[in-house]
Amino acid sequence: MTMSLEVTGITKSFGDRQVLQGIDIRVEPGELFAIVGPSGAGKTTLLRCVNFLLQPGAGAIRYDETVAPPEPAPLIALRRRIGMVAQNPFLFRGTAEYNVSFGLCVRDVAEPELSRRTSEALRAVGMSSLARSRASRLSAGEAQRVAFARAIVVRPDLLLLDEFTANLDPTNVNILEAAVREYNRQTGATIVLVTHNMFQAKRLAHRVALLLDGRIVEVGPVKEFFESPQDPRTLAFVRGEFAY
Amino acid sequence: MAGDILHITALSLLVSGTSTLVATAIAVPVGTFLGLREVGSARLLRNILFTLYGLPPVLAGLLVFLILSRAGPLGALQLLYTPLGMVIAQVVIVTPIILGITTSVVSTVERRVKDTAFVLGADRYQLAVTVLREAAAGVLTAIMVGFGRAVSEVGAVLIVGGNQEGRTQVLTTTIIADVSQADYGHAVALGVILLVLAAVVYSLLYRLQERTLP
Repeated sequence: MTMSLEVTGITKSFGDRQVLQGIDIRVEPGELFAIVGPSGAGKTTLLRCVNFLLQPGAGAIRYDETVAPPEPAPLIALRRRIGMVAQNPFLFRGTAEYNVSFGLCVRDVAEPELSRRTSEALRAVGMSSLARSRASRLSAGEAQRVAFARAIVVRPDLLLLDEFTANLDPTNVNILEAAVREYNRQTGATIVLVTHNMFQAKRLAHRVALLLDGRIVEVGPVKEFFESPQDPRTLAFVRGEFAY
Repeated sequence: MAGDILHITALSLLVSGTSTLVATAIAVPVGTFLGLREVGSARLLRNILFTLYGLPPVLAGLLVFLILSRAGPLGALQLLYTPLGMVIAQVVIVTPIILGITTSVVSTVERRVKDTAFVLGADRYQLAVTVLREAAAGVLTAIMVGFGRAVSEVGAVLIVGGNQEGRTQVLTTTIIADVSQADYGHAVALGVILLVLAAVVYSLLYRLQERTLP
């Protein structure tokens, strides 16, 4: 139920713009790892490379010490060990319940386990009462909670969270952050959180990395990262003095 | 007389409905496949499809006539001047329409739909089904347009069916025959039936379409 992640020398360009300029990160199994940085630093691009949505220009990504296999069947098996929640998640037409059960259905999970796990995941984010609501009628916070339930219902070994509470009210932020901690505690899954919210990184993460202009500036345990950063750019960032 | 009209109406519905169903069975899977392909040969195929939108029914009818005629490659099947032959002619006309619209609808489904299904672990087949489900309203529109073309079509069914009384007469070809014999009252009555028939089918499809909206 857990996975190590090692990113080595990853680069990624869009046209002339080099978004990732050689990223090196190692995330230990069961760790809650935050990547902070300003908008446009390359955080989302990095997660999309990890999750096979983008092909890196160079470098290697190792999942549990091995690179992704090229053959379709083992690649799908690996992809299915990784979950992701985006900043503005897309919910399929249909009910909240349908959305949450999607990942189980594509994995051929049958009844009664399908219903049981769907209900459990909805309960974990306080959405049981809205299970039958149409996804299009949900508020932004409710939709994000459904997206989180949809990601954890399949019990991913590696969970990627991309600005998953940006633009949400404090109540929804609290609910989702509690759900992240609980998922990490219960399953021991590895979680990589990308955020520009330093307070969230402080509240959730074991270790934090600062990503600036496609490069990792500093990585450290959460306390040291925020209280005694080594790099002046990290110091400026955590003080809110970083101009970008 | 009433029995004749009933028979003509039933045959119209049967031929147009069957050809739309067959065309849907061919066009929706192929259209989904083409819509999910973003480059290369799929684009060329799409352009060919859009050209076939304008395929004149009489030309389609002539081609099917030549294929089904005694000297044609499928002449041994003896399908000329039969309802099945008419269905084949209409399938040739309707398939490019449903295929083209389905391809367009699927190709314009948000990138996020595909990414979300991919991230949630869908394989290629499951991803295609998910995209199709999201595009359901548009695909139903394609089917409605296809049925509209089939039920109102006259040139191809006239050539391939021959408008034989009691055998291959449908509403549109009978209207043509009525007009040529100056039986305008009968032609108008059949025209009204054709409209009512289309209205009933469209309202059913429209209700189905409403259920697919978010």
